[in-house]
Amino acid sequence: MLKIENLQARIEEKEILRGINLDIKPGEVHAIMGPNGSGKSTLASVLAGREDYEVTGGSVDFLGKDLLELSPEDRAKEGLFLAFQYPVEIPGVSTTNFMKTALNEKRKYHGLDPLDAAQFLKLMKEKMKLVQIDQALLSRSLNEGFSGGEKKRNEIFQMAMLEPKLAILDETDSGLDIDALRIVANGVNQLRSKDNSFLVVTHYQRLLEYIVPDYVHVLYKGRIVKSGTKDLALELEERGYDFIKEEVDQAIA
Amino acid sequence: MPEQQDDILEEITSSEYKYGFVTNIEADEAPKGLSEDTIRFISAKKNEPVWMLEYRLKAFQHWQKMEEPNWANVIYPTINFQDIIYYSAPKQKVSPKSLDEIDPELRNTFEKLGISLNEQKRLTGVAVDAVMDSISVATTFKEELSKVGVIFCSMSEAIQEHGELVKKYLGSVVPATDNYFTALNAAVFSDGSFCYIPKGVRCPMELSTYFRINAKNTGQFERTLIVAEEESYVSYLEGCTAPMRDENQLHAAVVELIAKEKAEIKYSTVQNWYPGDKEGKGGIYNFVTKRGICAGDHAKISWTQVETGSSVTWKYPSVILKGDNSIGEFYSVAVTNNFQQADTGTKMIHLGKNTRSRIVSKGISAGKSNNSYRGLVNVAKNATNARNFSQCDSLLLGDKCGAHTFPYIEVKNNTAVVEHEATTSKIGEDQIFYCNQRGMDTETAVALIINGFAKEVMNQLPMEFAVEAQKLLAISLEGSVG
Repeated sequence: MLKIENLQARIEEKEILRGINLDIKPGEVHAIMGPNGSGKSTLASVLAGREDYEVTGGSVDFLGKDLLELSPEDRAKEGLFLAFQYPVEIPGVSTTNFMKTALNEKRKYHGLDPLDAAQFLKLMKEKMKLVQIDQALLSRSLNEGFSGGEKKRNEIFQMAMLEPKLAILDETDSGLDIDALRIVANGVNQLRSKDNSFLVVTHYQRLLEYIVPDYVHVLYKGRIVKSGTKDLALELEERGYDFIKEEVDQAIA
Repeated sequence: MPEQQDDILEEITSSEYKYGFVTNIEADEAPKGLSEDTIRFISAKKNEPVWMLEYRLKAFQHWQKMEEPNWANVIYPTINFQDIIYYSAPKQKVSPKSLDEIDPELRNTFEKLGISLNEQKRLTGVAVDAVMDSISVATTFKEELSKVGVIFCSMSEAIQEHGELVKKYLGSVVPATDNYFTALNAAVFSDGSFCYIPKGVRCPMELSTYFRINAKNTGQFERTLIVAEEESYVSYLEGCTAPMRDENQLHAAVVELIAKEKAEIKYSTVQNWYPGDKEGKGGIYNFVTKRGICAGDHAKISWTQVETGSSVTWKYPSVILKGDNSIGEFYSVAVTNNFQQADTGTKMIHLGKNTRSRIVSKGISAGKSNNSYRGLVNVAKNATNARNFSQCDSLLLGDKCGAHTFPYIEVKNNTAVVEHEATTSKIGEDQIFYCNQRGMDTETAVALIINGFAKEVMNQLPMEFAVEAQKLLAISLEGSVG
């Protein structure tokens, strides 16, 4: 699905990713954890193609294509989805209208006819149920005046609509109370299948109680310094990031 | 990112104007220049009654004493009024007695513009008056409308057939002496549309006029007059296009609306005159005076405009709220790109008690253009409990364009409540990236964001035109956005 080799990236003159290696196979859920400033969100942004970051080395293969060569919109249309940490407001554009445009752009790319109003509505109803989102919210301007929980749930709804091959969740748990977290996680779990994969970026182990990962990686100073199973997340929860920081810093020293 | 954005901006704004073709048809023209003779020529061509000629000549005498206004926030070279052809009528071999006899060349022209003069072909309930240069070439559905007593015809015909009505109302809202361009218009206007809705009638279809400038070196001076008697309703729409030419052409129109007690007039404009090229060469000077009066109690006048064309626009559709409890509305989207300049807004004059007005103005500037909102809310001494709400939002695309707001408020009654809100924003990189990440290219993203920005106004347009107008917005800004 996704193969990242020695990926390096910087913003302005600051090196943030210093050689990331990661291999995600279909059906797998990988979690990226790490202390603040370790490069977690940068990794998500670089994969999605945000141009504030300059890739200075390495390669990323996504379903046989050179991901870094693709425009952000083509990455999306190839099946990469980023659930934003801070979803953006677009006044006057409803989620429904937004999704209709997005979905039909994707269909066009794959040589399919656009969905007509009835087909689109049917699909929407189906996905709304999946992520327990209200019609009223989808008729409002995208993310405008949404609560934190509504924004994140809306991201998961969009993910459900676009049916990506690889979904990257960038700190989707931040700012959510336990009920919202459960609903969001539940939505993600419903969408898990043997064909699609997830990369869950989070600071806390809490989310991983609900979205159980196959692998957990710890990112620190722009590198993956430790990988393991979900037990690693539990260990981090118990001991904090300090023990890893110490290990790494000692090794460097 | 910024560099690439500029490229995309460049790309989007550089799309071609789609209505820039010229129809090759022989024209019956007045000699260039303006004098009493020109006016006598026009009046004679139209076989007008004496009172009409006198009205014109009086306006001309007044105009000669006036000076061209220069207070608007627009810059253009001085207009040589002697270098304009004031009357140009496409020649038809036979004068058509029915729609079937219209010159095929003219019919094709309007077909090409998406306006069918064939009643059978109509897709929607819209009656059209088609005006090319100085004359109306066809009006559809006249008979059907006349069954309910609605008069919808060209102004020339109205002067002949409904002289008393025209005489009574022409110039009653916008006097010839109002300003420089209204005086000019009153002197040389050649055609336009006339609508009369009798008491208690709800006009059964949308009325619309399509204005087309075709001939070279001409100016178009049309005059529209709509009278809605008590408890009547009409929705009217006008559209306009012109060929692409290197020289500027003048369009100076006057529109007057009269809404009596409990009558409602909804007037929508989709203005797409040729805006000039990317270097700012050519384009239409659109100097228009539009004004309506809520003459009776509980009357309502609503202006909606989508302004994407013209190189220079100078236009303030206004409402005089004379009747008690009357309502005035102004919804506007003005888009400027490349070197376009727009100075547009409204005037809401509150005279009656409990009068209400609402102003929603959305300005979108791109390229090196300048977009100004200029508005006046005036509450007179006796206008107890007048209410106004104004909202002026500007959206900037790129960093070489300008957005300006000039709101004037004059209140002489202390029970008035006048609210004004204004915002200026840019399309954010974050917004575009968010759309990109959902699979939209930047052009699609920008069109979506702009239509969202303008939605409140677009929602006011009649359904049949809303979709077209949305496309027009995207096309006008093609290449300009980031």
